[in-house]
Amino acid sequence: MRPYSISSTRLLIIAALVSVWALPVSAPVSAAQMQEKIADYAAEARAQDNNFAGFSADRGSILFSSSPATGKPETPSCTTCHTANPTGIGQTRAGKEIAPMALSMTPDRYADAKKLEKWFRRNCTSVLGRVCSPLEKGDFLTFMATQ
Amino acid sequence: MSKNTGIYLTAAAMVLLVNSAVQADERYKPIGDPIVARECGACHMAFQPQMLPKKSWGIIMDGLPNHFGEDASLEPEMVRHIKKYHLDNAADSGLFSGKFMRGLSEGSAPLRITETPYWVREHNEEVPQRAWKDPKVKSKANCIACHRGADQGYYDDD
Ligand code: HEC
Repeated sequence: MRPYSISSTRLLIIAALVSVWALPVSAPVSAAQMQEKIADYAAEARAQDNNFAGFSADRGSILFSSSPATGKPETPSCTTCHTANPTGIGQTRAGKEIAPMALSMTPDRYADAKKLEKWFRRNCTSVLGRVCSPLEKGDFLTFMATQ
Repeated sequence: MSKNTGIYLTAAAMVLLVNSAVQADERYKPIGDPIVARECGACHMAFQPQMLPKKSWGIIMDGLPNHFGEDASLEPEMVRHIKKYHLDNAADSGLFSGKFMRGLSEGSAPLRITETPYWVREHNEEVPQRAWKDPKVKSKANCIACHRGADQGYYDDD
């Protein structure tokens, strides 16, 4: 081994550090965090089902606009609060505005993993009467990333 | 002290007393806790705890998974924190009962501010039915639709 060579692992670590440090502080960060979350959901989905073949924006769209009738009567659908249009401004039942769910409209969405999990838990329970599966969560985010 | 001074002083005191009773301004301490403000304010304006008695807040905070027809559940740690703030600042928490205790029977625990006798009395005469049907109002829980400073505890502007 030559005295001044740097091993490839070290190079990788340095590259990673530099790239984390160099990330701009605005929208791209949340997009990256959202991609990370989608990757986590993919791993969970694969663990649950060997045949998992990736997320689908179409399935996410169906989840978003369907009325499963298995949840609470006050909240028949995600669109009850988020409106049928992902780029539109939603409204809670108490009349408070909700920023659009489409990533293009609200770039800082889906960046805070704790917040994300809290709302998936609450809203899926309200609308579906159960928590959402990793597949459903990944589909939903994949759909919103295209909007 | 001359007799006259005494009369003036008594008169002044009476004016002060009457004034404070008549003005009865609708101001409530703004929510000072950022966690309470953020979590309670996510779906509706964060209502000031002074608007319900302790017993009501206790029931509400223990029932978040079914909060007026929605799942509003939170981590137990958060629930404890937010509940304490509400109990500490409830309508019946201080030395003197707040306005929202008026007309409430002993031990009663309304779950909606809009069902307290005080709220009903304040809104029934002044607010026409059609105002509640305005889509921008949407719900009686949407204080800020009419009281623009409601989230800062200011309800005088009606
Ligand atoms: C009762 C009203 C309501 C319903 C029904 C509802 N949501 Fe929401 N949702 C909200 C509110 C309020 C927020 C918080 C919005 C914010 O922070 O801007 C939110 C936030 C979210 C978030 C987190 C966004 C982020 O920035 O991290 C996700 C994900 C979400 N909702 C998904 C869903 C899905 C999926 C459904 C249907 C299964 C649904 N919601 C149904 C009210 C609702």
